[in-house]
Amino acid sequence: MAEALQSLWTELAADFHTCFIEKNRWKYLTSGLGNTLLITFFALLMGVVIGVVIAIVRSTYAKNYKEMKPGFGKKCLAVANWFGGVYLTVIRGTPVVVQLMIIYYCIFVSSNNGVLIGAVSFGINSGAYVAEIFRSGIMSIDNGQFEAGRSLGFNYVQTLRYIVLPQAFKNVLPSLANEFIVLLKETSVAGYVAVRDLTKGGDIIRGATYQTFMPLLAVAAIYLAMVMFFTHLVNILERRLRAGER
Amino acid sequence: MNDKILIHVEGLQKEFAGGEVKALQNIDADIHSGEVVVVIGPSGSGKSTFLRCLNLLEVPTAGSIYFNHVDITDKSVDINLHRRKMGMVFQHFNLFPHMTILGNMTLAPMKLLGKSKEEAEKKAMELLTRVGLADRAGAYPSQLSGGQKQRIAIVRALCMEPEVMLFDEPTSALDPEMVGEVLEVMKELAHEGMTMVVVTHEMGFAREVGDRVIFMADGMIVEEGTPEEIFSAPKQPRTKEFLAKVL
Ligand SMILES: Nc1ncnc2c1ncn2[C@@H]1O[C@H](COP(=O)(O)OP(=O)(O)OP(=O)(O)O)[C@@H](O)[C@H]1O
Ligand SMILES: [Mg+2]
Repeated sequence: MAEALQSLWTELAADFHTCFIEKNRWKYLTSGLGNTLLITFFALLMGVVIGVVIAIVRSTYAKNYKEMKPGFGKKCLAVANWFGGVYLTVIRGTPVVVQLMIIYYCIFVSSNNGVLIGAVSFGINSGAYVAEIFRSGIMSIDNGQFEAGRSLGFNYVQTLRYIVLPQAFKNVLPSLANEFIVLLKETSVAGYVAVRDLTKGGDIIRGATYQTFMPLLAVAAIYLAMVMFFTHLVNILERRLRAGER
Repeated sequence: MNDKILIHVEGLQKEFAGGEVKALQNIDADIHSGEVVVVIGPSGSGKSTFLRCLNLLEVPTAGSIYFNHVDITDKSVDINLHRRKMGMVFQHFNLFPHMTILGNMTLAPMKLLGKSKEEAEKKAMELLTRVGLADRAGAYPSQLSGGQKQRIAIVRALCMEPEVMLFDEPTSALDPEMVGEVLEVMKELAHEGMTMVVVTHEMGFAREVGDRVIFMADGMIVEEGTPEEIFSAPKQPRTKEFLAKVL
């Protein structure tokens, strides 16, 4: 019995050595993790930019379109709202892997900057979800806030910028942080188009060593640790925000 | 009070729900400079809609509103410039919860009038001192009582140095013991000569501070006159009926 355990242990240690120590293979994981975090971060950044713009267009349309005076501005809003709707439908109605492949094979044909391709693909994807987060954030702000801003003489955009968006942003911060966590896991399909993220790093080790269990377990453990860490941060953030409301 | 007409309303109509609700029907009214006009009437009679049309928070269906002789319902007019000169106080205060009291009061003067932070804060502190809330300058709205919030809302509007102040039931959302402190501030403002249009159910205030009382019902001005005329000798049956209920 003890002997069996002993030999299992030696075997595992040897596998571990092959997978991570030999030829510095652990670097596939660390550089992969770095790429995963970079892709996630920049994708969320891009998602926020796209999302805020679409959320403003769509909530403005929902709140004000009927009351607006006919004219050029009204037409522009209708067109922008239509494009926003199409974007949301297409992005949320197709698999992210397909979007990734379309962007890689059809648009970024000549580039092999994996992080860039990943960030753009997942950013465009995430924008659709962030837009909905922000839209509900804007819609949740009491109309009295808009009216108070307008009655002081702020125009619509200034009212959004100084009064409504700061409040909406604060309200959606926990949801945004959650989107970051979802995105972190979702980027694991980036390897489909030869982006060397964390999952791909584990896969490369698997291919080189013919070991399956050890590298994939390591990849899973790292994702789990990341998710738990960021979830913990989100919880702290939520508590802080709630305390700030008094 | 002098005879300068600050706001002139002509044939004002407002419909909601595609014409189903006729909230205002053919309203004509003048607001003179320095005058305190109190608007009373039963619920749903169009008082708020009338007030909100004056600064175009509601866009009139028909009619004209002249502010300083400019028709602000004209499409080519930049309403934002005129709104700076028309302060508004809401029933539910509508303070900005993400900013301190001082932040609430200095935002518009700094962003719209180009005042420096020091200038804007100096003016804000003066006003805060006058309403006895200077010590709350750094507080957030959620830390204040209803009466304090409404006093802040009033001085926030005053920071823009408006020519007229519009009040929509400023004391209706307050606990009874806080009504007095808000009315007191409004009274002072009236004595300083501010032009005011006040929608209220506070008949005591209307009688004491109002120069003129407008009684509205069913989207129309049924009767108007001095407080004495309206409260002591109303002519119209609708006015008598309403006053019998509220007095
Ligand atoms: N945004 C709106 N959409 C549809 N109908 C409205 C809207 N605002 C007001 N109305 C209607 O217009 C009429 C006048 O409303 P208004 O709020 O001006 O009355 P009010 O005199 O201020 O009443 P209260 O004393 O209850 O505040 C009412 O029939 C009301 O239901
Ligand atoms: Mg009302």
